Amino acid sequence: MSFDSWSEFFAMGGHGFYVWLSYVLSLAVVLGNVLATGNSRRRYLREQRDLQLRNDKRA
Amino acid sequence: MASLKEFWHRLGSPRWFYQISGLWLKLFGVLALLLLVTGSVWGLAFAPPDYQQGNSFRIMYVHVPTAIVSQSAYLVMGVAGIVLLVWRMKLADMVLATIVPFGMSMTVLALVTGAIWGKPTWGAWWVWDARTTSMLVLLFLYFGIYALRQSIPARESAGRACAVLAVVGMINIPIIKYSVDWWLTLHQPATFTLTQAPSMPAVMWLPLAINVLGIYCLFGANLLSRLRLEILRREAGTQWVRDLVARGAP
Repeated sequence: MSFDSWSEFFAMGGHGFYVWLSYVLSLAVVLGNVLATGNSRRRYLREQRDLQLRNDKRA
Repeated sequence: MASLKEFWHRLGSPRWFYQISGLWLKLFGVLALLLLVTGSVWGLAFAPPDYQQGNSFRIMYVHVPTAIVSQSAYLVMGVAGIVLLVWRMKLADMVLATIVPFGMSMTVLALVTGAIWGKPTWGAWWVWDARTTSMLVLLFLYFGIYALRQSIPARESAGRACAVLAVVGMINIPIIKYSVDWWLTLHQPATFTLTQAPSMPAVMWLPLAINVLGIYCLFGANLLSRLRLEILRREAGTQWVRDLVARGAP
């Protein structure tokens, strides 16, 4: 561990704002990519299934 | 050799690719999670502070991997462009189309984390030097390819136009890479090179190497999952996709 206490860890020697902002933004972009992909897959499969069910009923 | 040729031919079949890629997706996803958590926690809490920059250098552990992968994603897109133009492979067009959001978001992230790192280190959020400017050009190339696809309604001509732009834009990648050697710049030189040992102690560069590997795994996983969705979209009328949708698509 390179820090002696949690408060030192959060302060990052006075650079806390820059360091934590970078990490939070990176996490947001990574999660955004993962979640957006999963969401559009689920939405697409739901739409297609509904479409197929409707078509099967009509046939 | 025969199996390599067979593999190349099979890549032409989106159905085959969909079936084999499920396992790869899981593997890359798990690896990405493990590596990125390890590398980031190590880099944030356990690596020693830099003797000049103090703790702000920890931004490196997110900045360098995103900057590297944004260029690699572009290279993959350029190669897909060549494959599309030469062999007209369906999958290459899908790669070209699906890589853009990931590559663009990583380029934005590299530019933004670079700006955040620049403020305490250089005293400015932004400087117009060779490295930052060529990275900005990379972002505009991604924007251009995205806009080009949106603006051409016919899929095949849109794919070819994007492929040409992606291939031509590859010239920017060596410019980004060598910008810190060719021009006088504020940006520090490459952290990793193939020919020299890293100038940092292992406790500092190991977490960076782990995060670089992790972001490549994330890139792989994200590309595969976007590709798989694109395959389902483009093959929507076929029987195998209908069966898959009816089963709830594992």
